[in-house]
Amino acid sequence: MTSFTAAGPRRPSRRWLSRSAVNGALLLSVLYTLFPLVWLVTAATKDTGGLLSGDAFSFKGFDLRHNLTQLASYGDGVYFRWYLNSLLYAGGGAAVCALVSVAAGYAFDKYAFHGKEKLFGVVLLGVLVPTTALALPMYLLASEVGLVNTYWSVLIPVLVNPFGVYLSRVFSASYIPDEALEAARIDGAGELRTFWSIGLRLMMPGFVTVFLFQFTAIWNNFFLPLVMLSDQKLFPLSLGLYAWNSNTHAEPSYYPLVVTGSLLAVIPLIVAFVSLQRHWRAGLAAGSVK
Amino acid sequence: MRAAGTSVEAPTPTPASTPAPPLGTLPGPGRRRPPRGARGRTSAAAGVLLAPFFVLFTAVTVVPIGYALWLSLFTEKQSGLGFGGARSVFSGLDNYTAALGDQAFREGFWVLAGYCVVYIPLMVGGALALALLLDSALARARRFFQLALFLPHAVPGIIAALVWVYLYTPGLSPVVKAMDSGGIGFDFFSSGGTLPSVVNIALWEWLGYNMVIFYAALQAIDRSVLEAATMDGAGEWRLAFGIKLPLIRASLTMVALFTVIGSLQLFTEPLILNQGGSSTVTSTWTPNMYAYTAAFSRGDYGLAAASAVLLALAAALLSFVVTRLTHRKGATA
Repeated sequence: MTSFTAAGPRRPSRRWLSRSAVNGALLLSVLYTLFPLVWLVTAATKDTGGLLSGDAFSFKGFDLRHNLTQLASYGDGVYFRWYLNSLLYAGGGAAVCALVSVAAGYAFDKYAFHGKEKLFGVVLLGVLVPTTALALPMYLLASEVGLVNTYWSVLIPVLVNPFGVYLSRVFSASYIPDEALEAARIDGAGELRTFWSIGLRLMMPGFVTVFLFQFTAIWNNFFLPLVMLSDQKLFPLSLGLYAWNSNTHAEPSYYPLVVTGSLLAVIPLIVAFVSLQRHWRAGLAAGSVK
Repeated sequence: MRAAGTSVEAPTPTPASTPAPPLGTLPGPGRRRPPRGARGRTSAAAGVLLAPFFVLFTAVTVVPIGYALWLSLFTEKQSGLGFGGARSVFSGLDNYTAALGDQAFREGFWVLAGYCVVYIPLMVGGALALALLLDSALARARRFFQLALFLPHAVPGIIAALVWVYLYTPGLSPVVKAMDSGGIGFDFFSSGGTLPSVVNIALWEWLGYNMVIFYAALQAIDRSVLEAATMDGAGEWRLAFGIKLPLIRASLTMVALFTVIGSLQLFTEPLILNQGGSSTVTSTWTPNMYAYTAAFSRGDYGLAAASAVLLALAAALLSFVVTRLTHRKGATA
């Protein structure tokens, strides 16, 4: 991965030992991160009895098919409605958020205007505001304007991500050479056109990164929908699974629903992170290095 | 609610962002744009590109902050005999004194303090240790380790909490079962067990994420610096603590800052623990839960707003302290 190699020829036995110590420690921590995920996969294949026996890693009570059909049929298939809602909130919200962030980041990077750094300071302050402290006043505002318990109440707040603007500024600085913009301007393109057809194209990796992070944040969002929504039909997955979980104490047959539903809710993000490794690595690197 | 101004130094904007040269002054004979209004056009374009963000930012951040401050100054009073519903009465700082005077609220802050004391060093130290291990020349399969450690981040917090609470529940959990057969009885829901239980869930969710941030910063270190140090006889330990660590101070600040802000918002994990049958975790266990309960169980919006404002102030104060501490030696990267 790097051209750098450690120490010269020193006592080889000690180095071998420390090599296995380093990799052993890493392997242990991987076991810690993967264990609950493996449990989730095996537990999702079990019926209530098999789950309650605590033998998650045996094949006792294997009944994945039944769990899936239960999931699809329970409450008129409300689970997959939640799934679609989550896709809508996360997909739509992240796309708009990424576009808004990229436009602002590009403007901060490429234009000189009065009070720019002060304004950017406000954006950075926005990063520090605890989101849950905003949820309650947001709820009250939304109820004043009649948006509570609508798609918009969950969608609008997630269109804003100050950290996305910060990242976009970093990306704009490293991906868009000023010469490319000059060339477009000389060819007579207007400023907005230049942004749209040159800046945005060159910043596509940045756009995808902000999109990916916001998608995850919205998919994982729990507090805001909890505050805003009461109609089950509007729930995203997180809130729906929470509601089901609250029934498990009285009615253990909910366990397989919650577990299998959780597994399906996790899959899209795992797939996204495995296949888009380049992008989230780039995003985290840009945030930390610059 | 707005964090103290000084705490913004952490993620400094890139120095590489050179502003575009003014448009009217393009060099080259015969290629000159008409100078009139060129500058005006530029800032108009900047305005159009910035507007969507700032309109939304105002609507979902600035206005709610102002509204919370406003609300926190009023109390709902039942008028007369209760006819005609409630009306808002200006009550000054009464909500703040009520929140601060409420033992449940103060205990929430103690819980939070205990949580921070355990969680933040474990998180920052653990992520740092893993990143240094991965960055040391001895590590293998780095891409695999990065991905595997990062994966919990792909799990929604609510699901992470659900899974772990199931793993804590006697009868459901292979962990508890294994521990029991090994003679270690540990009740994750007992008064002594709740805090470690919550810390563990949060640690699991964010350890890999922060590790990747540190690792990215470590990878960005100029390798020739490290090679020179190695030539001078520095071992892996010296390399890690004498050279690498001071060079990634900026990302250390960033991770510490986000960890602190995240910690103060503690809500989801204890809520699920509460649902999972822990009697220790009450509905006002953390300040955030207190605010939620005040608003949605008691309908006392003034009190809820005041406690949210106090929580945000605590976040601002702690962010300030963190930036100060991590920048103290002045050797910022």
